[in-house]
Amino acid sequence: MSARVTTRRVKSGFFTGVVIVLCFLAVLPLFLIFADLVHKGASSINWDFFVKIPVPAGQAGGGVANAIVGTVIIVALACLIGIPIGIGTGLFLAEYGGGRLGWLVRFLADVMNGTPSIVVGIFAWTWFVKPVHHFSALAGGVGLAVLMVPMLARTTEEMLRLVPHSLREAALALGYPRWRTSLSVMARAALSGIVTGTLVGVARVAGETAPLLFTALGNLNFATNIKEPMQTLSLQIFTYATGPFEDWHRLAWASALVLMTLVLALAVAARWATRKRYGT
Amino acid sequence: MSTSIPQTLPSASAEPIAPIATTSTAPRPTRRHYGDRVFKGVLTALALTLPLLLLAIVTELVVSAWPAIHKFGLSFLWRSTWDPVNEVYGAAPMIFGTVVSSLLALVIAVPLSLGVAIFLTEFAPRWIRQPVAFLVELLAAIPSVVYGLWGIYVLIPLLRTYGGPPLRALFGWTPFFSGVFYGNSMLAGGIILAIMIVPYIAAISREVLLAVPTTQREAALGLGATRWEAVWGAVLPYGRAGVIGAVMLGLGRALGETMAVTMVIGNRHDIGLSLFQPGYTMAAAIANEFSEAQTPMYLSALFEVGLVLFVITVGVNAMARLLVWRVARGTAVGSKAL
Repeated sequence: MSARVTTRRVKSGFFTGVVIVLCFLAVLPLFLIFADLVHKGASSINWDFFVKIPVPAGQAGGGVANAIVGTVIIVALACLIGIPIGIGTGLFLAEYGGGRLGWLVRFLADVMNGTPSIVVGIFAWTWFVKPVHHFSALAGGVGLAVLMVPMLARTTEEMLRLVPHSLREAALALGYPRWRTSLSVMARAALSGIVTGTLVGVARVAGETAPLLFTALGNLNFATNIKEPMQTLSLQIFTYATGPFEDWHRLAWASALVLMTLVLALAVAARWATRKRYGT
Repeated sequence: MSTSIPQTLPSASAEPIAPIATTSTAPRPTRRHYGDRVFKGVLTALALTLPLLLLAIVTELVVSAWPAIHKFGLSFLWRSTWDPVNEVYGAAPMIFGTVVSSLLALVIAVPLSLGVAIFLTEFAPRWIRQPVAFLVELLAAIPSVVYGLWGIYVLIPLLRTYGGPPLRALFGWTPFFSGVFYGNSMLAGGIILAIMIVPYIAAISREVLLAVPTTQREAALGLGATRWEAVWGAVLPYGRAGVIGAVMLGLGRALGETMAVTMVIGNRHDIGLSLFQPGYTMAAAIANEFSEAQTPMYLSALFEVGLVLFVITVGVNAMARLLVWRVARGTAVGSKAL
């Protein structure tokens, strides 16, 4: 009997070890990717990289100023369209989401969260590129907004549901109409959570490439007109990484490092917003 | 709408007291009802965008794919010729590649994700849980195109040197690891996908395991089970349906993933058993060929690929969601019964 207990103990210890190794293996790529980004990208980052536009293929030098500005513009467009709809839908789900429409919207939001971004890309193409016969940053922004809406809707709803019900009851008992209860009590209480959700959503679409391939297309020149094709960091990385020139690969790594820093800054800001709220 | 929030809050304690004292005055409530009705109307309109958007996407895909659907019928799904010159299209290699690369990704990602979830909920010391969970979350924040870049210049060279030769030595006799290994392959695609879906499966499985009541563990331990036996025999079976849902959500992600796969899978219209061979996925085909598609039929065929991809991913996601929801409701009922 005691031999059997020993084998069982050994087995338990063994599998605990296995679980630890698996967990380590799962996190390992993160460190590898960061190490490579810094190792291969940092050396190409200098002042020119941020203020110059790309030089013709084969020449040395040049920067990605147009891609950085393009990323900011397209993400801003996506926010302008996506945030009101996303947060509004979230408010609807939290306030009036008990009925059949609420169930449907919630379910579709979850389903759309998993929609392949390339499908959203060709959809944006048929609506915003095909009719006007030219690619535009606006079409790209709409594509990203479509990806943002379901994400924001669900996180906003979840954050509003975390607000204690007594708060709503108190506001209503004081004679607040429902819309003011919702906006200035509930949404106010859940604000930092909603901000976190929004930042996470923005971080995710900022790195998206697939919806932009046939909408924003990319642009070698500096463009600020949203009706024109525009370059983004993600498109730039794709072009440069799959291109034949050594110099392009170098710039791809540097662009990836910049994009990653941007995305991480947003992710950490999101963390920080929630942290402050719960005071842990 | 959002700008009014800070302005209205300070008055919260002072202003609304008056109407309570004067409940008999009729005009106030009607004005309020008016405001509420506008509020509800605006929110409903915003919420309706989502179903309408999905409807628009489906309609647009079906309409644009219709010429191809009409011309090729069901044979589109199992024909393996993709010939833009003669206008004959069959998506079998892409469907095959999508399914194989995603399943390979699951085979690699499920043990890793469960390892993360089990370690973080059952074994890890308290201080390490939050940081590790955050690191896993960060994996989800890395853009797809960065994974692709890393795949091309780091993962593939690594696989060529350290991955291919031992795999061939061990399993070279099976059809799955035969042939020449150039790097861009189904194997590379599957591994990149696995790394990308681990954070999703791990995060949801972790939530599921956290929701398993402590009594479940205590009961198993009280009966004399070792810690591992408690996890394997009591905790995991309790959360099984939720974990399956998490895995299916991961599968949905893998099926639709575009950029990283396009960059490492090799992009060849071919069906082969060997994971060393280059392959193709539906998403990669659209990404690569959409801007080159000159003829209307070519474009239409690509839209049909998009439609098939959409239907598959939506189906998998819907099933996963229903599963997770049913489980969540089931446990709620169970805990009430206690």
